[in-house]
Amino acid sequence: MTSAASVVSARDLGLTFDTNDGPVHALAGVNLDIRKGDFVSFIGPSGCGKTTFLRVIADLEKHTTGSIEINGMTPENARLARAYGYVFQAAALYPWRTIEKNIALPLEIMGYGADDQKRRIAEMLDLVNLSGFGKKYPWQLSGGMQQRASIARALAFDADLLLMDEPFGALDEIVRDHLNEQLLKLWDKTNKTICFVTHSIPEAVYLSTRIVVMSPRPGRVTDVIESTLPRERPLEIRDTPEFLEIAHRVREGLKAGHSYEE
Amino acid sequence: MTAPSLFRDRILPVLTVIAAILVLWHGAVIYLNAPFVRDQAARAGQSVTLGQIVSQTLNQERPVLPAPHQIMAELWDTTVAKPVTSKRSLVYHAWVTLSATLMGFGMGSLLGIVLAVGIVHNRAMDKSLMPWVIASQTIPILAIAPMIIVVLNSIGISGLLPKALISTYLSFFPVVVGMVKGLRSPDTLLLDLMHTYNASSTQTFWKLRWPAAMPYLFTSLKVAIAISLVGAIVGELPTGAVAGLGARLLSGSYYGQTIQIWAALFMAAALAAVLVSIVGAAHGLVLKRMGVKS
Repeated sequence: MTSAASVVSARDLGLTFDTNDGPVHALAGVNLDIRKGDFVSFIGPSGCGKTTFLRVIADLEKHTTGSIEINGMTPENARLARAYGYVFQAAALYPWRTIEKNIALPLEIMGYGADDQKRRIAEMLDLVNLSGFGKKYPWQLSGGMQQRASIARALAFDADLLLMDEPFGALDEIVRDHLNEQLLKLWDKTNKTICFVTHSIPEAVYLSTRIVVMSPRPGRVTDVIESTLPRERPLEIRDTPEFLEIAHRVREGLKAGHSYEE
Repeated sequence: MTAPSLFRDRILPVLTVIAAILVLWHGAVIYLNAPFVRDQAARAGQSVTLGQIVSQTLNQERPVLPAPHQIMAELWDTTVAKPVTSKRSLVYHAWVTLSATLMGFGMGSLLGIVLAVGIVHNRAMDKSLMPWVIASQTIPILAIAPMIIVVLNSIGISGLLPKALISTYLSFFPVVVGMVKGLRSPDTLLLDLMHTYNASSTQTFWKLRWPAAMPYLFTSLKVAIAISLVGAIVGELPTGAVAGLGARLLSGSYYGQTIQIWAALFMAAALAAVLVSIVGAAHGLVLKRMGVKS
């Protein structure tokens, strides 16, 4: 299925860290295709390699076996071509830059013109509902707003792929619900491909078109669940039998792949 | 909670400490200078009362420890009462020292920053240079200062530059250490972010490492400017006491002019306080412009 529509294509991908306590198999035998426009969630217990997989896509880690292509390129070439935006667990905003200057950071580095920068900043602030906060410094914003600014920064340049590593993990439930809803709208509007790491089952089911269930030691994919939910998803969809059905399957997948004996 | 008051919170504590110091100082003056007064009286075959001892110890011409009012009178006499061009003006001497301090501070800071940038970006420099930077500060400055003066003098360099070099020698150290720490301070996350943007190391430096290092730089500069002054004063000692606060200290000790020594010390302390506050103000200004929460 390595068609042109495949944004990420992993074949028998493996990554082993050499540590003082011997090799750690962070990823082993991962086969996965992510299609253009997909919203893919990676879920699993800690140590299952979900973040590592994202970091391999981003060329922040090098895989040791198998192969992976992003838009038909190696991760390094994809990074050089600025194929993706990355949102970390923490907002990772520069404290000495205002919100609009933070969004401008990748644009400055990639050499966008001043007018173009200005237009994109306004567009992005609007997209994440932060218009009017451009001149504020990060510490003047709440955690949820900071994370939204961080998403705006990742979207400011024209990357079609958005990699998100537990972006809402540190936020409380109410803020998280709100941001999930906004993220879906944003995804619908921009038609980006999103890879989203989470450890929350409801979050994964609510957001994704596909859910990749992973398990640790060695980090591997145990199940890939295609969501049957419609593209339009109000928050109330989480109470429908269909939603609960998928959530159940994810939970079963997590249970099957994880040994609780330890 | 009562409202904050400038007098109660800031001025009163300082005044209390000053008052305590003055009391202790006067006690020490009487105690240390009394033997001389008694000695004089015994030689003249007179007896002295306690009141006479006290009044005489506070007004000796060459006391072991001068009284504060004597130092103030000397300071007034040598700053306000003398033209600044006079060799007897403390302002003239302070300027000589200040110029060497500032030149040394400038060169030391620049050297420190350049070395830190090299150490952070080049593994070989990190491994080879850092031990020498630290070793350089284990050599007593009093031992190396005359050597620098003598060697430079023999190749025809004298005056401002040798003294500034001693200041440089002292002041580059805190800047190197602080800047290495500061340039390495950005979080892995922020560095990863730069990596995902495919930023060049120049871009990473100017957009991330340099601004992140600013608080560290200014903290180092405060230390650097103070020890630059020490370096300049030490550098003036072996030059034969021509000019500068160091020269005033040395000639004062040659001729037993304790009041002159103390006046020079007070001048040096005041100079250091002013210099450190200027750097401190610059620190505050830069951080404010960088949007730091105040």
